[in-house]
Amino acid sequence: MLTKKQAMLFFMLGTFLFSIIFIGLTYDTVTRGIPKHTHEENMTDAVVRGRTLWDQHNCMGCHTIMGEGAYYAPELTKVYERRGPGYIKAVLMSKTPWAPRGRKMVAYGFSEEEADDLVAFLKWIGEADLNGFPPKPTFKPQSKD
Amino acid sequence: MRYKSQKVAYWFFALSMLLIILQLTYGFIMAFAHMGYDGLHEIIPFNTAIAVHKNLLVVWILSGFMGAAYYIIPDEAETELCCPKLAYLQLIALAVVGVIAIVGFHFEWWEGRKFLEIPRELDYLVVVDVLLFLFIILATLWKGKKRTTTALVLSGGLVGAALLYLPGMIWFDNHAYDSFFRWWVVHLWVEGVWELIMGGILAYLLIRLTGVDREVIEKWLYVIVGLTFLSGILGTGHHYYYTGTPSYWLTIGGIFSALEPLAFLGMALFAMVMYRKGEKKHPNKLALMWTLGSAILAFVGAGMLGLAHTLPQVNLWTHGTLVTAMHGHMAFWGAYGMLVFAFITYVMPNLTGRKRYFTKTGEYAFWIANIGMILMTSAFAAAGVQQVALERIAGFDFMEVANELWYHFFVLIIAASIFSTGVLMFIWEFYKYGTPSDSALQAQEEFQPISE
Repeated sequence: MLTKKQAMLFFMLGTFLFSIIFIGLTYDTVTRGIPKHTHEENMTDAVVRGRTLWDQHNCMGCHTIMGEGAYYAPELTKVYERRGPGYIKAVLMSKTPWAPRGRKMVAYGFSEEEADDLVAFLKWIGEADLNGFPPKPTFKPQSKD
Repeated sequence: MRYKSQKVAYWFFALSMLLIILQLTYGFIMAFAHMGYDGLHEIIPFNTAIAVHKNLLVVWILSGFMGAAYYIIPDEAETELCCPKLAYLQLIALAVVGVIAIVGFHFEWWEGRKFLEIPRELDYLVVVDVLLFLFIILATLWKGKKRTTTALVLSGGLVGAALLYLPGMIWFDNHAYDSFFRWWVVHLWVEGVWELIMGGILAYLLIRLTGVDREVIEKWLYVIVGLTFLSGILGTGHHYYYTGTPSYWLTIGGIFSALEPLAFLGMALFAMVMYRKGEKKHPNKLALMWTLGSAILAFVGAGMLGLAHTLPQVNLWTHGTLVTAMHGHMAFWGAYGMLVFAFITYVMPNLTGRKRYFTKTGEYAFWIANIGMILMTSAFAAAGVQQVALERIAGFDFMEVANELWYHFFVLIIAASIFSTGVLMFIWEFYKYGTPSDSALQAQEEFQPISE
């Protein structure tokens, strides 16, 4: 039967081994994986400024991006492809709450430059290789827009 | 209660109780907004409400853990807590930082990062507060007569939780890095070091409540925390499927996160088997109910409902939908919420000297809260599955689908009202106990031999 000492060894060795593997994989992901998958060379100053605005206003508190965030407002990873820059800028610069189907977005009233930066960020993230996310719908989209 | 300084635990629990009430309130604000009633949009928009809801959860559970540690460590180390005055200072600092953070969220003073919204300036205060907490715990352990496995696992979990907060404080220009290291904090907390804390508290409770030999309980504690790290560390990969990371995470995350329920199954079996093995019966039956309930719902909510959408083939469709909310609610409640409730239920008679071991209100609180949570989880599940089917599979627009989901949120609000009733009854019981008293110091715990 298992002794307490053996149980402790199982805990110690398992934790050590899997931590080492995890750190190794993290090293690879951080140095090689993410730069390649996100096309870091295309990350302009505008993209970084856009990401800062994204963070400052907690956009993830309603939307998801790369599938992460809250589930109150649309997924935005592919919003650049779906709506185009004009529509996105109109939403971002609106002085009244944007609410095309009843659900209100905070009226941020961004300036033209800020809206451009956020659009640059959304365009950049839309081009990232996310291992197939978001998936294409199985059936033909029947949406009006 | 054997040591006077253990009394400080009570005030951490009182803070937890206050924060839960606020957390529930903001939950209702969000559920109503999902249903279409967003009357508070101008003052408390959804992103504010969610930041408050999630951070209050983290803070009240941490406050519960801290209270538990301040009670357990003196008991296990057989000594008074080191510097009890500092412990009160640490409590006040925690409450103040918490309140400032929550108020700040209403004025967009935050970082837009799920679960880690507390702004950087306050992060430093959190670090100082946690260092103070760890100093008190470790100094007590140092000067104590004994260093038991239970105390070491619990302390190890607390130190780990503090260390893992740090990667979340680094700023990255690339959003994918930010996401990557955010999970170092959030995942390695809830599916890593917090399970160490959970295991430590559970072991302590089982030793006290069942009377099973400490050596047996602590041996299995090692096995369980061993399983936690064996699966949980590489299981972090299930957050790295679709976030700009290499595709090997699909395989690694898939395999190891599928193993994660084993640790929770271990916890549930651990609690059940020790309960059956017990040769003594502690009269605090309610504490036993919450303890076993926690182990079982942790397995269902964190283990099985997590497994339901953790495989990459499934997660591709459910990632970023209400399915995640389904898993999240029961997982946090079962594994951590109920555990804090179990500890409070066990400890209140010992702190106050009032042996209100079994009250009708206390018993109903358990059942009503749990039935409410199971219904809430079901409502989220129905909403999540419908969202996946209509939006992801059929390709309808997000808001077209969202407007179809209102009735699930109607059910959710009813379920949440039931849940909240149970929680409020629990808080009422807590209040009825009154504050700790020195007269409880002499009182011995009563064990009853099993006679049934």
